[in-house]
Amino acid sequence: MINLNFVFSEIFISISIMFLLILGVFKNRSSNLIYNLSILSLFIILISNYNLFGKDELTIFNNSYKIDFLSIFMKFLVIASGIFVMLSSSKYLKLNKIYKIEYPILILSSILGMMIMISANDLIVFYMGLELQSLALYVLASFNRDNVLSSESGLKYFVLSALSSGLLLYGCSLIYGFSGSTNFDQISANITEVQYGLTLGIVFIIVGLAFKISAVPFHMWAPDVYQGSPTSVTIFFAILPKIAALTVFIKFLYVPFVNLIDQWQIIIIFLSIASMLFGSIAAIGQQNLKRLMAYSSISHMGFALAGVAVGSNEGIQSSIIYISIYLMMNLAFFSCIFMLRRNNEYYEKIDDLSGLSKNHPILSISLLISLFSLAGIPPLAGFFAKFYIFMAVIEEQMYALAIIGLLSTVIAAFYYLRLIKTIYFDKELEKYDTNHNIGLRVSLAISTIIILLYFIYPSSLLAIISNIKVI
Amino acid sequence: MFEIGLGHYLTLGAIIFTIGVAGIFLNRKNIIVILMSIELILLAVNINLVSFSAYLNDLTGQIFTLFILTVAAAEAAIGLAIIVVYFRNVRTIRVEEIDKLKG
Repeated sequence: MINLNFVFSEIFISISIMFLLILGVFKNRSSNLIYNLSILSLFIILISNYNLFGKDELTIFNNSYKIDFLSIFMKFLVIASGIFVMLSSSKYLKLNKIYKIEYPILILSSILGMMIMISANDLIVFYMGLELQSLALYVLASFNRDNVLSSESGLKYFVLSALSSGLLLYGCSLIYGFSGSTNFDQISANITEVQYGLTLGIVFIIVGLAFKISAVPFHMWAPDVYQGSPTSVTIFFAILPKIAALTVFIKFLYVPFVNLIDQWQIIIIFLSIASMLFGSIAAIGQQNLKRLMAYSSISHMGFALAGVAVGSNEGIQSSIIYISIYLMMNLAFFSCIFMLRRNNEYYEKIDDLSGLSKNHPILSISLLISLFSLAGIPPLAGFFAKFYIFMAVIEEQMYALAIIGLLSTVIAAFYYLRLIKTIYFDKELEKYDTNHNIGLRVSLAISTIIILLYFIYPSSLLAIISNIKVI
Repeated sequence: MFEIGLGHYLTLGAIIFTIGVAGIFLNRKNIIVILMSIELILLAVNINLVSFSAYLNDLTGQIFTLFILTVAAAEAAIGLAIIVVYFRNVRTIRVEEIDKLKG
């Protein structure tokens, strides 16, 4: 008997997607109602997902769907950040006239796709989740359809993401052919010797996944898509798909292919080093804040991948801590970008930050905290995130990776500090509007406080994450 | 008599896959061609999966193929919709002219 309680969240969210879609079609001017109802349904699945903590791990649907601590925790992160993203972006959507019924529904369906991806224990289920996620994201990127930049970013994202899905699928077909199964556990049991086809399949799958988390050299879509799509979508792109794709990275590498660690470890190390260095160096010349954040997220993904490359439980745990803190920092930073609004128009250039501290001291302090944290300066949360990664890397004697990581942190500190210099020491501009909605204020406050006060009690997050044992 | 085996099907799949990937990168004219190339990649995967499925005497591969066909249809629909939206803004779908975003 299949225990459907364990997939209550997925079932509930898919039913609410269908219900909200029908409601939106039949009721006029219902976009506000649907927006709030989708936040409510996210809250409900957050609670139902929270209730799963502490249960034993089990697989359902003929071993193709796995509920373990890793997947519950990552789903929790995805849903919680989805709520924050939606709370903080409602005003932006209204002012840009994209406050339509489809928007929250697309967000919900991509969250459903991510949840399926995270829990998948079978290539077919994984692929379906991935596609549900990306199909919704294509539309979200080009959601501001009368805007040239938004539609162009949607087009670019569509082409490159479809290509990466194709590469990933080709890898899946090779894996299926050479191991004889699509189930992760079965694949791991069937792989006894290193075959040429299997290695090729792993390479294709890693390339496809690297596209999804925008690791160098498969990053070229990220800056364009971040800059072009509406800011509310950019914050979504910067946080949620990364969590899901990193989980899938961990699951793929450590469940079916754990016996082939010699084959994939060097590839992941290369991806990690390239992303750390390139992300830090390329961000230096940027003028647009969203584009800057794209490069910054590339370099952060490099750090998260360094944890995955280590090949030990500590490495995986450190990269999960990294992604949890990363999402808090990005939430804080993008909430600050949402507050750069004057006469109902949003600003997103670095020059628009000039002299911000004179007129908006509290906003500048939050920006300062999130930027210092992104740069990894103690005692903020970003420092601890990098610290755990370097600990895990050095424990496995991968000194080269640690040294290059530290160097790229130093390079990255340059452009974060340049932003701070612009905020505090440059000539001041006109005042920005201060009538922000309550959701945006709350998400900025919560994320900033967590970043600032994480050092008081760091063991709470560590204690939760130490339950994650993949190997 | 010449026997057609798994290797031939895999070679065919690999050739079609390469044509698809090359089509995306070499094409400088039209976005519709890119859509066709993506479709080619997915079809190459289908050939692979079906031939493996026949070779292994295992139905999973063919079920996977059906899923991929369905998703490919959805993907093509969304891709065409995005191209239409883009065309209404810019009045062109030439690949060289998609360059508003750079830096």
